[in-house]
Amino acid sequence: MNTMLKKIVSSNLIGGKQGAFGLAMLAALIFIILPVGVDIFRLNLVGKYLTYAFVAVSLVLLWGNGGILSLGQGIFFGLGGYGMAMFMKLEASDPISTKIQTTPGIPDFMDWNQLTAIPWFWEPFNSLTLTIIAILVIPAAFAYLIGFAMFKRRVGGVYFAIITQAIALILSILIVGQQGLTGGVNGITDLKTVLGWDTRTDTAKYILYYLNGILLFGSIFLSRYILSSKFGMLLLAMRDKEERVRFSGYDVSDFKIFIFCVAAMISAVGGAMFTLQVGFMSPSFVGIVPSIEMVIFAAVGGRASLIGAVYGTLLVNYGKTFFSETYPELWLFLMGGLFMAVVMFFPNGIAGLWDKYARKIKFLNKIYEDEKPVAETSATPVNAEEIGAKA
Amino acid sequence: MSNTDFVLAVEDLTVSFDGFKAVDNLTFYIDKNELRVVIGPNGAGKTTVLDLICGKTKSTSGSIKFMNKELTKLSEHEIVRAGVGRKFQTPSIYENLSVYQNLEVSYPKGRGVWGSLLFKRTEVVRSQVMKIAAEIMLSDFLEMEAALLSHGQKQWLEIGMLLMQDPELLMLDEPVAGMSAKERDQTADLLNRICQNRAVIVIEHDMEFVKKIAHKVTVLHQGKILAEGPMDKVQADEKVIEVYLGH
Amino acid sequence: MFGYSIADISNIVVMQGFSGLSMFTVLLLMALGLAIIFGQMGVINMAHGEFMAIGAYTTVMISKVAVTYGFVSYYFVFAILIAFILAFAAGYFVEFIMIRHLYKRPLDTLLATWGLSLVMQQIFRSTFGAKEVSAELPEWMLGSFNPTPDIDIPINGVFVMVLAMVVTAGVYLFMFRSRWGLRVRATVQNRVMAGAVGINTQKVDRVTFALGCGIAGIAGAAFTTIASTGPTTGTLYIVDSFMVVVFGGAASLMGTIASAFGIAQAQSILQFFMSSSMGKVSTLLVIVGILMLKPEGLFASKLRK
Repeated sequence: MNTMLKKIVSSNLIGGKQGAFGLAMLAALIFIILPVGVDIFRLNLVGKYLTYAFVAVSLVLLWGNGGILSLGQGIFFGLGGYGMAMFMKLEASDPISTKIQTTPGIPDFMDWNQLTAIPWFWEPFNSLTLTIIAILVIPAAFAYLIGFAMFKRRVGGVYFAIITQAIALILSILIVGQQGLTGGVNGITDLKTVLGWDTRTDTAKYILYYLNGILLFGSIFLSRYILSSKFGMLLLAMRDKEERVRFSGYDVSDFKIFIFCVAAMISAVGGAMFTLQVGFMSPSFVGIVPSIEMVIFAAVGGRASLIGAVYGTLLVNYGKTFFSETYPELWLFLMGGLFMAVVMFFPNGIAGLWDKYARKIKFLNKIYEDEKPVAETSATPVNAEEIGAKA
Repeated sequence: MSNTDFVLAVEDLTVSFDGFKAVDNLTFYIDKNELRVVIGPNGAGKTTVLDLICGKTKSTSGSIKFMNKELTKLSEHEIVRAGVGRKFQTPSIYENLSVYQNLEVSYPKGRGVWGSLLFKRTEVVRSQVMKIAAEIMLSDFLEMEAALLSHGQKQWLEIGMLLMQDPELLMLDEPVAGMSAKERDQTADLLNRICQNRAVIVIEHDMEFVKKIAHKVTVLHQGKILAEGPMDKVQADEKVIEVYLGH
Repeated sequence: MFGYSIADISNIVVMQGFSGLSMFTVLLLMALGLAIIFGQMGVINMAHGEFMAIGAYTTVMISKVAVTYGFVSYYFVFAILIAFILAFAAGYFVEFIMIRHLYKRPLDTLLATWGLSLVMQQIFRSTFGAKEVSAELPEWMLGSFNPTPDIDIPINGVFVMVLAMVVTAGVYLFMFRSRWGLRVRATVQNRVMAGAVGINTQKVDRVTFALGCGIAGIAGAAFTTIASTGPTTGTLYIVDSFMVVVFGGAASLMGTIASAFGIAQAQSILQFFMSSSMGKVSTLLVIVGILMLKPEGLFASKLRK
């Protein structure tokens, strides 16, 4: 049993010496170097970036390996984030702290919008257990619904991208429009505690940062497992020749629906961790722009590399923060230019560059010798079927 | 004769695209262990017939019975699971995977979502891959990325991927297109070997090759059967000569 | 129904219908350009809205010049022409430096052109400022006429409507009646063969892409008659236009017209009865719902694959 366990860990989750090295470097950065090297304010910022990395990782599964470009991952990030925010808002809205309201005991924005009772769909979010379940199940169920409707009818490629984008737009308009139910454009703010535990103290921020890191690694391990199984090989096969997979006896749509649901759940966990660490959630993390920005993070990191996605997220967000503080006019030029350059000249992103140049460094080469380059870093192949709605 | 004696019974099969009948009231039967070659001029409906059998195109009317199971209502993967394998006209393989992985992915276990997540690469799987690789003459290329194979080797690899599924009926669309003379001979041998315990339908233009492999030949023209029978009889048929040479 | 009489409702429908026409016009022109680029070339142009903004800014600038030199009443004709030319030239350039390298990677063109849209928005912001600017409309365009006392139809809406019909007819003639259109369609159907019979497929691609962008420029000129222009104006219509193209079935001109009309009218009329955001949400939801049932769009025909 023990040897079997070892075998599974070494082959599927870690990915050989090279995989182990990549994971160890990332772990050192997230768990040691950053917490030691930067103050808690900056670390909290890094923690916020790392919640986006969940979405980037989900896109590596979905887009980099499965060839399915979702321009609506913000939907799931938002669902997770709003779930957690609703729980924390209800906790913050006890009758004593809201006694100046017309109706005490309901969230402030509901009171401002003349609501006198908590809407029915808020009720489950009084319980932390139900909230956690909702954060995982609702995005997955929603993804299942979208995936079932689209993939069973063989809608894919750009059609899928455009329709998921439209759904992200619908959801963000809906949240902004239904101010009394959702907090509107400001979102749900002033979130302070979870079961009485104050999330704004420095200690709490450290704990949440580490929890976030552990969950992120959990998501990477889960994705690694999926990618290294036969499922992962089938994903690559589908990306390459969907028709052939179908005529080898596989129900292609089932696989796509499943990976879309997994990606939705991973993104939702990121959203929930965002709310916990940042203390609010708003529609600006749901719509078109955040959804497509997350694609940039994955693209810059290397669309097929799980670890690359994390670096890509950190790098782009660091750039965003740095430039929007120093040269705000330059930022959109850089962001846009970066996106064009990555797509045109470095389709494998940072991971691709690393794979190419790391071998030239002597001590790294030692680690890599005898190992073939992992399938992780191969570029998305050209696929004529991407254009068509139907195969 | 009852349908039960045939592996495949196609009866009154018709498909029309916006009024144009690509396959018109077609009826034919395939015996067990038979190797049937379908020939005919361009646009005769050969590939469409294969598309109809494997479910890629849905028929307008008629029936396709495979070992007494009606195929016209099944989806593509169900037809494959029933035991029908199909090779496409241009080699359809996974260019980014190795030859070994191409074969392994086609192994008929772990076909569901959960099955594929829990699929174990056991010795049984490995030996089956090795056996098929030897059959299709690619034992020396197992670790090579499939994109780097020659055109002929890609054709073999796709046949190998079908053999992994051990189908009862194998349908090959132009298996020797783009092959050298030597490769054609090897492919003829391969086909003669693999039809020992299954039925095979081949679409082909190369008459020399057809002679080497065919048990029986069906000539299609404008979606209908023009002639059917042994190669020499078909070749002497007036109508066939007319269609091939007349225009 | 909501306390309106039948006569009220019919008046509201007519008036909202006519105000929907302006939106229909802009959407139609946007979608025509997109449909040419996507339907004919398989390229997703996320920066299409910014090409529209080029046209809009051009019109605004020319109107400023027109005010100075006193030719306000007829500057619009020049504006349309120059908007088209500038957007066409920009599209030609973009195709040359970027799009042509990405033809076989449709999802990547989507991402790269989104990057381009960011850059273009920032260029607008740096050049024209973050504030929205409006064109000086000629006097004759400002009024409205009243067929009955309760109905009020704005003339600018009718004008852009006529403009859209002229452009649509032009596109139809170009695509289906000219040598150029024949070349474009030949290239779409079989690139290799088209090249073999002597069609310069690279040039065809470039002109097709530029033409789509040029039409977006005209959409921008039309846009100035109904709203003011800002750096992010292009993002207003991009999702709607994509919906129009997908909904209409990418390769069908009639489908594009019909779905642009349907989507614009539905939004315009629903927005009167519900809030503006709910009107938009319901329209989009219905489209997404229908697309899930009929993914090939409303106007696709069965083909032999």
